Amino acid sequence: MLRITDLKVNYGGIEAVKGISFTVPEKSIVTLIGANGAGKSTTLRTIAGLVKPRSGKIEFMGEDITGKGPEDIVARKITLVPEGRKIFPDLTVLENLKIGAYLRKDDITDDLNYVFDLFPRLKERSWQLGGTLSGGEQQMLAVGRALMSRPKLMMMDEPSLGLAPLVVRNIFEIINEINKQGVTILLIEQNANMALKVADMGYVLETGRITLSGTGAELLENEGVKAAYLGT
Amino acid sequence: MSEKNRSLNGVITPQRKNEFFKSVLGFIRKNWVGFALIAAMFAVIFILEQILPSSSMLFVVLKKGAIYALVAVSMNLLNGFTGLFSLGQAGFMLIGSYTYAIFTIPLEARDAVYQYFNGGIIKFTVPVPVALIMAGLAAAIFAYLIGLPVLRLKSDYLAIATLGFAEIIRAVFQWDKLGPVTNGSNLLKRFPSFSSTLYPFFVSGICITIIVLLINSSYGRAFKAIRDDEIAAEAMGINLAKHKQLSFTISSFFAGVGGALLAMYQTTVQAAAFKSSMTYEILLIVVIGGIGSVTGSILSSFLFIASSEWWLRFLDDETYIGSFRVPLLASGFRKVVFSIVIMIVVLFYRQGIMGTKEISVDAILRFFRKLFGKESREEAA
Repeated sequence: MLRITDLKVNYGGIEAVKGISFTVPEKSIVTLIGANGAGKSTTLRTIAGLVKPRSGKIEFMGEDITGKGPEDIVARKITLVPEGRKIFPDLTVLENLKIGAYLRKDDITDDLNYVFDLFPRLKERSWQLGGTLSGGEQQMLAVGRALMSRPKLMMMDEPSLGLAPLVVRNIFEIINEINKQGVTILLIEQNANMALKVADMGYVLETGRITLSGTGAELLENEGVKAAYLGT
Repeated sequence: MSEKNRSLNGVITPQRKNEFFKSVLGFIRKNWVGFALIAAMFAVIFILEQILPSSSMLFVVLKKGAIYALVAVSMNLLNGFTGLFSLGQAGFMLIGSYTYAIFTIPLEARDAVYQYFNGGIIKFTVPVPVALIMAGLAAAIFAYLIGLPVLRLKSDYLAIATLGFAEIIRAVFQWDKLGPVTNGSNLLKRFPSFSSTLYPFFVSGICITIIVLLINSSYGRAFKAIRDDEIAAEAMGINLAKHKQLSFTISSFFAGVGGALLAMYQTTVQAAAFKSSMTYEILLIVVIGGIGSVTGSILSSFLFIASSEWWLRFLDDETYIGSFRVPLLASGFRKVVFSIVIMIVVLFYRQGIMGTKEISVDAILRFFRKLFGKESREEAA
């Protein structure tokens, strides 16, 4: 579904991504793990069109989308749940969700109901300002907002960041649930344990290069991964 | 109401009753309470105009307040709702007022007005409503062109650039070589103006209604999203450049119309009057009213104009109690008081009068419903 070929990205004057290639098959969960500064976020931001790549190719459903702007990317049903959630604090929960469907011209009632079914909390708080939600609720809102664009591919940048373990588990259950309904997921995480458990495929990124790849289960058993990311 | 509900549905669930109530309230609000209030306001002004002398300060405040309310709301659209800190409002008002004046001065008056420029080079006039729209369009076109380079800047840099632009416009309009069009640094006068207070209320009312409709549309939501978080807004597929440009252009359009109204109110126009202090006055109104509140801007606009033109005038007059001269009261002291007010507001009441809240007919109705609801419950008990 998504094919990245030899992608190189400069970010802030340094080469953050130094030629990576990977694929995300349809309806799968793929995770990129790696330490801070490995180039994970840059990769996602490049796919989302927020950063322009220096070279390489990004193909989505057989179409070359390299260097397209974020508007085009969202219109092609790729959506990003940004790092640190980035909900709109002074908009209500409902307005936040509506912004998620900004480029859509059709009726969004069904999608709103779908999101509210997935996160009943958001329905209760639909008139509250986004900024007044707790961290976990904000993450739910960020995911819900992304779902409002009816994505085929949802990219998530560290959804577990700064959340309590119980909330993290909840979020990962939701990720699984969304995936079961046919949404392909590209996930980046520092919480490698959680990410690899849900992932069909995993890639390990180190200083801008992919050093390891395999199924989630394989990577969980890999000695190098264990030592570096799982702490066991 | 509840009788009908019961007979239709057999059982009334609180939910359904609530929704029914809401829709009825929405209907009432949209269809007549609001209109009734507006009509009442116009009626009151009309009656006041019949019974009070036309020189009453009240009319000065109402006229100028309505005009400043429009400009303040247009500035709020940009600063409060889109998060673009622009200080070019006086420049766009200037363009609006000049466009209005230039195209409406009657042909027979042109020789006298453009006495140094052989009657000017524009030899036609347009009807007043057309000129008002042209005033807005001229400001909007300038804003569009300036926005192309300037809107790449953020926060303080944008403020400096727009402020600089407003100053340049003021200088250019006074330039001798443009005299056949702008009358150089001389006054423009004898163009049609209004005498009734209803006129600025009517025009400002229409313009503010349009701005409010825009803010409540999906465009308005996109503006607020950009204000809250540019990167997230971009990731949601909102085109930043396009929406900023849109907000800037529309805001300037209404500043231009406001400028034209100001010209009508003053009956003369001179570029030298559109100093940056005019922008600061409007900024003060927006900040006091609450950045992000339309009704706050309107309210504080009338308060500000009433204070500066009427209630605080005494601060500028030397006053004697018996033979004792009250200290500090002298020409210019009013400005000092305003400066202190803005400092106090910025330090202690950063939210302004309204914050980001709005006064709405709905809120007032809700208040009365609550009161009514309580009473009926007490009756039942």
